[in-house]
Amino acid sequence: MTVSEQRAPGRGLVVPETGELALPTYAKPGPGNHPPLDYPGYKSTALRHPKQPLVLLPHRLTEVTGPLLGDSLITMQDADLTTQHAGEPQGQRIIVFGQVRDSGGRPVPDTLIEIWQTNAAGRYRHSREHHPAPLDPNFDGIGRAITDAGGRYRFVTIQPGSYPWGNHYNAWRPAHIHFSLFGRAFTQRLVTQMYFQGDPLLAYDPIYQSVPDEKARERMVGQFSLEDTQPEWALAYKFDIVLRGREASVFEEAHA
Amino acid sequence: MSELLTPSQTVGPYFAMRLPWADGPFVVPEGAPGAITIIGRLYDGAGNVIPDGLIETWQADPDGRFAHPDDPRGPVPGGYKAFRGFGRAQTELDGSFKIVTLKPGPLPFGDGQVEAPHIDVSVFARGMLDRSVTRIYFPDEAELNEADPVLRAVPAQRRSTLIAAAVADGLLRFDVRMQGDQETVFFDL
Repeated sequence: MTVSEQRAPGRGLVVPETGELALPTYAKPGPGNHPPLDYPGYKSTALRHPKQPLVLLPHRLTEVTGPLLGDSLITMQDADLTTQHAGEPQGQRIIVFGQVRDSGGRPVPDTLIEIWQTNAAGRYRHSREHHPAPLDPNFDGIGRAITDAGGRYRFVTIQPGSYPWGNHYNAWRPAHIHFSLFGRAFTQRLVTQMYFQGDPLLAYDPIYQSVPDEKARERMVGQFSLEDTQPEWALAYKFDIVLRGREASVFEEAHA
Repeated sequence: MSELLTPSQTVGPYFAMRLPWADGPFVVPEGAPGAITIIGRLYDGAGNVIPDGLIETWQADPDGRFAHPDDPRGPVPGGYKAFRGFGRAQTELDGSFKIVTLKPGPLPFGDGQVEAPHIDVSVFARGMLDRSVTRIYFPDEAELNEADPVLRAVPAQRRSTLIAAAVADGLLRFDVRMQGDQETVFFDL
């Protein structure tokens, strides 16, 4: 039996003849797909980016594996940010849903998604946040979900607000929801932000604009979906998330 | 077929609303047999501490194995039940962080080579548009460190930034410096 006959797509395995491990590797992002670490338009990057050249890290066991954090972290209320308190939060109710998949189009199942956001007034529930907008006693702005077998997820929340920040004169962040994802491997870890289709502030936001490739940038914009909007109840935004995909395998000895 | 990836964005200043977990720093419960503690501080390019950073760790168990389908060997049966492999700690106002874990074992690398025990680290903070990735190696593994294929690719004079310092029995220090004379080695993953 050959290796390719035995191997489930993209899965590691021990090659019986040699005792080596066949491991997947993950494709490099294309140029301009991710933001540069040094981006003068976003002032805080100046002292917080590595200046020395990065050293290439091959994808071996530690990199192709990752935490598989299951449902034990999740409760029913976690994916519905509008039912975490006795009363309903202020603001426009929205459904944010989509699929997590890799760049080869394969769904990423059973992966933890963590989100955090402002309330409808543009205020985070955080001790170091001083924007003079009201807190909402019925809204914490935090959620969790696990993708299903098809990589799909769904949150119910409130349309977040815009808020000013100190990066430059009259700087305002476009409305956004922070997303944190693990994928299935250390290489796939991603923290990103979901923006909203048609937000005029996107054109002025250095964090959004830091991504050089315009098409990649647009991947961060949730698209309004009338089809998925629930009549008399909530607007829907579709936000698919694409993580790094697998490519060829390398071989390792199983018995070090 | 290869789609564009969803780009990375900064965790921003308010990730602490969601990301820190009460047991985040505990890869194993405190007091677990063989537990070690890794402490450190995160510094910016001016030498100031970063009080709003997030450190995440991922590592093999003491047998050098992972409970993950892409490590086809899997953990040794009856191995390390309370071991999560993953740690997450936010930095405090003084830039400090702490991870309680087990020392990982050496790992097969291929071609008869062995990777020295190591922990992969992701660093996140406001002002970082993407994570920075580094590794923690161990000071009591001089021989394996010397032969480690990843460390060998690092310029010799910078390797020490990747090796934790022994502070006391079961206590190690690993500082992360984003810039400066002692800038930590970061990796292109």
